[in-house]
Amino acid sequence: MTDSDVAVVGFAQAPNVRATSGTTNGVEMLVPVFEELLSGTGMRTEDVGFWCSGSSDYLAGRAFSFIAAIDAIGAFPPINESHVEMDAAWALYEAWVKIRTGEVDTALVYGFGKSSAGELRRVLAMQLDPYFAAPLWPDSVGVAGLQARLGLESGAFAEQDMAEVAARSRADAEQNPHAQLSGRVLVAELLARPYLADPLRAHDCAPITDGASAVLLASAGRARELRDRPAWITGVEHRIESAELGGRDLTASPSTADAGRAAGAEGVELAELHAPFTHQELLLRDALGLDGSVRINPSGGALCGNPMFAAGLTRIGEAARRVWSGEAGKVLAHATSGPALQQNLVCVMEG
Amino acid sequence: MTEIAEPLSAPLEVGFDYTRSPGPVLGRFAAGLRQRRITGVRGSDGRVHVPAVEHDPVTAAPLDEFVEVGDTGTVRSWSWIPEPLEGQPLPHGFAWALVRLDGADTALLHAVDAGSADRMRTGMRVRARWAAERVGGIRDIACFDPVPDGPDSPGDADSPDDAGAPGDTTSAAPRDDSGLEPVQLLTTPIHLHYRHSASPEESRYLRGLAEGRLLGQRCPACRKVYIPPRGACPTDGVPTEQEVELPDTGIVTTFCIVNVPFLGQRITPPYVAAYVLLDGADIAFLHLVLGCAAEEVRMGMRVRAEWKPRAEWDTTLRNIDHFRPSGEPDAPYESYAHHL
Repeated sequence: MTDSDVAVVGFAQAPNVRATSGTTNGVEMLVPVFEELLSGTGMRTEDVGFWCSGSSDYLAGRAFSFIAAIDAIGAFPPINESHVEMDAAWALYEAWVKIRTGEVDTALVYGFGKSSAGELRRVLAMQLDPYFAAPLWPDSVGVAGLQARLGLESGAFAEQDMAEVAARSRADAEQNPHAQLSGRVLVAELLARPYLADPLRAHDCAPITDGASAVLLASAGRARELRDRPAWITGVEHRIESAELGGRDLTASPSTADAGRAAGAEGVELAELHAPFTHQELLLRDALGLDGSVRINPSGGALCGNPMFAAGLTRIGEAARRVWSGEAGKVLAHATSGPALQQNLVCVMEG
Repeated sequence: MTEIAEPLSAPLEVGFDYTRSPGPVLGRFAAGLRQRRITGVRGSDGRVHVPAVEHDPVTAAPLDEFVEVGDTGTVRSWSWIPEPLEGQPLPHGFAWALVRLDGADTALLHAVDAGSADRMRTGMRVRARWAAERVGGIRDIACFDPVPDGPDSPGDADSPDDAGAPGDTTSAAPRDDSGLEPVQLLTTPIHLHYRHSASPEESRYLRGLAEGRLLGQRCPACRKVYIPPRGACPTDGVPTEQEVELPDTGIVTTFCIVNVPFLGQRITPPYVAAYVLLDGADIAFLHLVLGCAAEEVRMGMRVRAEWKPRAEWDTTLRNIDHFRPSGEPDAPYESYAHHL
């Protein structure tokens, strides 16, 4: 490893739950997450070189909501800190750049969201084109349904394939103590259930989830002090597609394909994909060229717990854990943001 | 010690009008809608974008070649919304649809009023239902209606059947561009509903106010007393926990005289908004200082809370109507210098 290499060396998350009684600034969720993350690596808060977070004011229902969350860090005297109004996987990208510049040698990245505070399907309309889409209040499930039907009717996949994604995810989530949903379900039973928003059934959609997660990054010089087998980031890239929903090819995910190519996705053994809808996992697998030999979402994925603005970062932490444990040598983590997979980030890590 | 009690929560309504200047391209699209006309824009690759876009999504070139398209089109995809949410175009079950209007190459997101999911299918023909009152915006189209007995389009962008649609008739009769002066302002009302929760520490404080008590909490690490207490001490990142009851007396650390009238103001200017540091607290909070002329208020002035009548108390700091001078000698600057 060269001096400018960066590794994921720590990960912790709050339980993924339907609702918490805490505040939308996330402090109650974050304090124990930071404690777990730092005690696991032997670091103290004052040792962290850079802090970067992902969260959303629309989710919290108030302006500059991320400011209050900084109390959980112990932000006085002033710290080196930044924020993105996106999933915290993009905050991790910023932190990765910060370490690459040589300005800091460790960074703590966190994301949090209390999705239960508002009406999530309406809140997410705020991320659409504000001129001619958002004024109609298209809800997130309805927009995902448009994408699912395009895939179904083009023959790219069937409802059976979507249900199989849900069943596999919930079975895998039985091994994940943080998951919101888990258990054995039969595909035939899922397909017998009514539509939530035809062509999507409830099992096709991620549950509304409150949660938070945090990841610790370190430079080559520090990583081995903090973790025996660091997960070295060998590629991290993100791409965006047009905000013109009806002008995109929704049956593919070209931004994921581009990001995957640029990040060096080829040859991964395991992938954590941020797919809040079953059909989106199918599109992502196709875009990344992941065949049947690649283990997908051993954590259960976002379909079993989707804390907004943290779920993408959680994928990076979950994938990194498989490198630390030696379970996998080369892994991929993916995060998405925006409607119908508009923005996608791919992070490839190796042991 | 803090006893376990469910944190306080209350509805939080967020509402505002977003006003945007759409510029010449989007503004022209909006202006067309007001006149029941749908005006797309031609992209660098010849494709006609509806709704209009300012820049080509592939090349990023600025676009300004306007093309009028039909108000009928073909459903490219749809999803059924059995129970519409607030703000959506129809009050009963409807379909979101991507509608490719005749003459356009991209699809417009809108609602189709089909009555039931059984009547929806990809490839079906639909026509815009125009709103009676049109203001220049996407909601000038109320929704789309299925075209009765309309033949399904093959629904394929490359189909030769689409040739000769209105968007391609650039050599036809000259367009009447009157009335297509771009809309200058798009207004979108936003109303969102939340359940706002106070933290356990804040809830103790708010419940204390309902009893006429001022409850702070001490940080277990740095021993500072915060009122309101905090979910985490900003210096140490740990929750405050040891309860401290504070008196309703303190000092003005800093203040400003409000001379400017504004919407919703409850006191006639000039009046004083001040940071009040309660005796024994390590953080000041904002309140009013009344009971003397505004110009008499000064840093270090001793003040005392003026509580509202007990019958009016609730779980808010409004229970203290204001602070007023207590008449005690001013606090020396050194005693509050590190709280500024």
